[in-house]
Amino acid sequence: MRLELAYFAWVRERMGAAGEAVDLPPAVADIAALLDWLAARDERGAQAFAEPHRIRAAIDGAMTGPDAKLAGAREVALFPPVTGG
Amino acid sequence: MIRVVLQTAPIDLGAEIDLHDAGGHGASASFIGRVRGDDDLVELFLEHHPAMTEAGLGELAHAAADRWKLGALTLIHRVGAMQPGETIVLVLASSRHRAEALAACEFLIDRLKTDVMLWKRETFADGRVAWVEERAGDRDRAGRWAQHP
Repeated sequence: MRLELAYFAWVRERMGAAGEAVDLPPAVADIAALLDWLAARDERGAQAFAEPHRIRAAIDGAMTGPDAKLAGAREVALFPPVTGG
Repeated sequence: MIRVVLQTAPIDLGAEIDLHDAGGHGASASFIGRVRGDDDLVELFLEHHPAMTEAGLGELAHAAADRWKLGALTLIHRVGAMQPGETIVLVLASSRHRAEALAACEFLIDRLKTDVMLWKRETFADGRVAWVEERAGDRDRAGRWAQHP
């Protein structure tokens, strides 16, 4: 499955890019599996996603949890907990 | 009147208060968040999502307007690079009486800290750069609003 990924804050810095397009194997079906897949893919992924409990996600503009399914998703944003205000 | 703005330019407090007050409200509550200058901080940078940050501010403003009877609501957040002393966020909530204005103002700043896609990065005089960590106290404060409608 083809998916656009967008990274923010230290996730963006550790990945060395604001985003990328990826082709996911069928087994990568939810956010938690996506984080595992990215962490195992290369050194940058390991740096950014080694602690998945520190990562938040949004699918096509809506905040989601780690169990959210990727089927039908166009863009997934991955980022640390927000710190505005 | 609901006014929600996400901007890189400095927030003009006087102009925003005048605009907000045009309706002539009985009670107005305000919160102004500024860049602290302690620990030799030289720059605060606010990163945002090109679409979701502004949408999140709008959702929060409408949630407050649904929950309390407000005559006017202003929610302005700055993004980009800021210096110590500059305003990061301005919340103005007005109602006929103080209770609703104060509650709406507190709700907005509490939930802003946990629900809207914004990330703070600090740069210090010695060149050190660090992303601000989420605070458990902020989560607790934001959570209160779900428990006590």
